[in-house]
Amino acid sequence: MTIEEKHQVLLQINGLHKEYDGTTVLDDINLSIHKGEVVVILGPSGCGKSTLLRCMNGLEKIQGGEIVFSGKDLTDKNVDWQNTRQQIGMVFQNYDLFPHMTVMENVLLGPVKVQKRDKAESLEQAEQLLKRVGLFERKDAYPRQLSGGQKQRIAIVRALCMNPQIMLFDEVTAALDPEMVREVLDVMLGLAKQGMTMMIVTHEMGFAKAVADRIIFIDAGKICEIATPDEFFSNPTTERAKQFLNIFQY
Amino acid sequence: MNLMNSSFFAVIKSAFGSEVWAIITPAIVDTVYMTVLTMVFTLVLGLILGIVLLVTAEEGVHPLPLFNKVIGAVVNVLRSLPSMILIILTLPLSRMVIGKAYGPGACIFALVVSCVPMFARLVENSIMEVPKGKIEAAKAMGTPNFQLIIKVLIPEALPSLIRSFTIAVIAIISVTALAGSFGAGGLGDVAVRFGYSRFKTDILIAAVVVLVIIVQLVQFIGDSLSKYIIKKRFLI
Repeated sequence: MTIEEKHQVLLQINGLHKEYDGTTVLDDINLSIHKGEVVVILGPSGCGKSTLLRCMNGLEKIQGGEIVFSGKDLTDKNVDWQNTRQQIGMVFQNYDLFPHMTVMENVLLGPVKVQKRDKAESLEQAEQLLKRVGLFERKDAYPRQLSGGQKQRIAIVRALCMNPQIMLFDEVTAALDPEMVREVLDVMLGLAKQGMTMMIVTHEMGFAKAVADRIIFIDAGKICEIATPDEFFSNPTTERAKQFLNIFQY
Repeated sequence: MNLMNSSFFAVIKSAFGSEVWAIITPAIVDTVYMTVLTMVFTLVLGLILGIVLLVTAEEGVHPLPLFNKVIGAVVNVLRSLPSMILIILTLPLSRMVIGKAYGPGACIFALVVSCVPMFARLVENSIMEVPKGKIEAAKAMGTPNFQLIIKVLIPEALPSLIRSFTIAVIAIISVTALAGSFGAGGLGDVAVRFGYSRFKTDILIAAVVVLVIIVQLVQFIGDSLSKYIIKKRFLI
C-alpha cells in the first residue's frame, strides 16, 4: 500500500446524530477513517459504541449528519444499501452464522448468491481464508458442531469472502469463553497487519492497545477523546477516560 | 345397527364389516381428495400470504404499513368467520366457477378461504421466531430481500413451518368433515347422514376410526420431518 493510499479517507462521519424515540444516543460524532487504519472504539456499556458501528452500514437509521463511505454519501435517500453493504463487512457478538447451512455454505452465500461471483473462484478464496483461520477441516460441519471461537472465526471469514473495503467488529469476543478469545483476536490482529481497514468495538483493553492505530473513547453518546493507544492508556486527557481505565485496573 | 338394538360388541364388529366399509371407502377417497387439494392451495397461498404479511410489517424487511394493515384486516375478517358461515358464503362462488355447489370439488373454495388465513398467521409466527441477529447478518452482507426470504427466512424457520403446516392440515381435515354436511361428501357427510340422522352407530364408529388414523398419520409425518431437519442441522 502506497503512502498516498494510506492517507485516503475511506469513511468520513460528520456531525452524526442518532436518537431512539427522542432519546439521543449519539450526538455530533465527527470522525474520519483512513484506508488501512484500525480504529478501536472504547467506552462504557450503553454509551453508543455498537450503535455507531451499526449506523455505518445502515442497520440503524441516523437522524442527522452525514456518513461518506468511499466517496458516496450514505445519507442520500437513493443510496444502494445492498451494494454498499457488500463492501462493508460486519461481524457480530453472537456470530449469527446460519444454522441451516454448513460452514462452507455460510461462507459462500455472500460471494456466490449475493455478489454472483464465479463459484470456482469464490470456493478457492473461501478455502484459502478457512485455511488461514485454521478451520479448513471443518468446512462441512454445521455451526452447531463448532465452538464459539470457531464460529466467530467462520463469521470473520464469511465477511472477508465478500472482499469488503472495511470491516466492522461489534464486540466479537464478548460472548466467548475466555480461552477462546485469543484465537479470534489473533485472526483480527493478522487482518490488521495485512492492511485491512477496521472499526472495532471491544472491551479487551490489551487487544485494543496492540491492534489500534487510534483509540476513540465515547461516553454518553459523544466522542470524549481521540488518541493513539500509547497516549490513551498511559496518559488519558479527560477525567471520564481516566475513570473508565481505572475500572480495568484490578 | 346401533346400541339400542344390538350389543356394544356387535356394533363394533359391524363397524369393521364389509357392509360398512362399502359406504366408508368412497367417503375416505372424497375426504382425502378434498384434503390433499386444499393442502396444496393452502401451502402455496398461505406461505405467500404469511410472508407478505411479515415482510411488509412495520419492522419487516420491506415495510409497507398501509398495505400491511389492509391485508391484515382482510385476514382477520376471514379468520373471525366460522368455517360453517364461510362455506355458505363461498357456495355461489363455486357455482360460478365449477358450475355446481355440491360435491368434493365445490367445497375446495370454502376450505381454502377458511384455511389460508389461518396458515398465513401460523407462517407469520414461525418465521418471526427466526432470531433477529440472523436476519441482520444477512442484511449486513447486502442480501437482497428476495434472497433473504428464500435463503434465510424460510430455511431457517423450516422445522417450525412444517409443524405449523401439520396443524393446518389437521384443521383442514376437520373443516372437510364440516363441509360434508353442506353436500361436499366425505367422512363428515357419512358420519352425519348415517351415524347421526339414521342412528347407524357402526358407520359413525368406522368414520371416527378412519379420521383418527388419518390425523395421527399426518401428525406423525409432520413431527418426523421436522425432527429430521433439526437433527440434520445438529440442533438437538
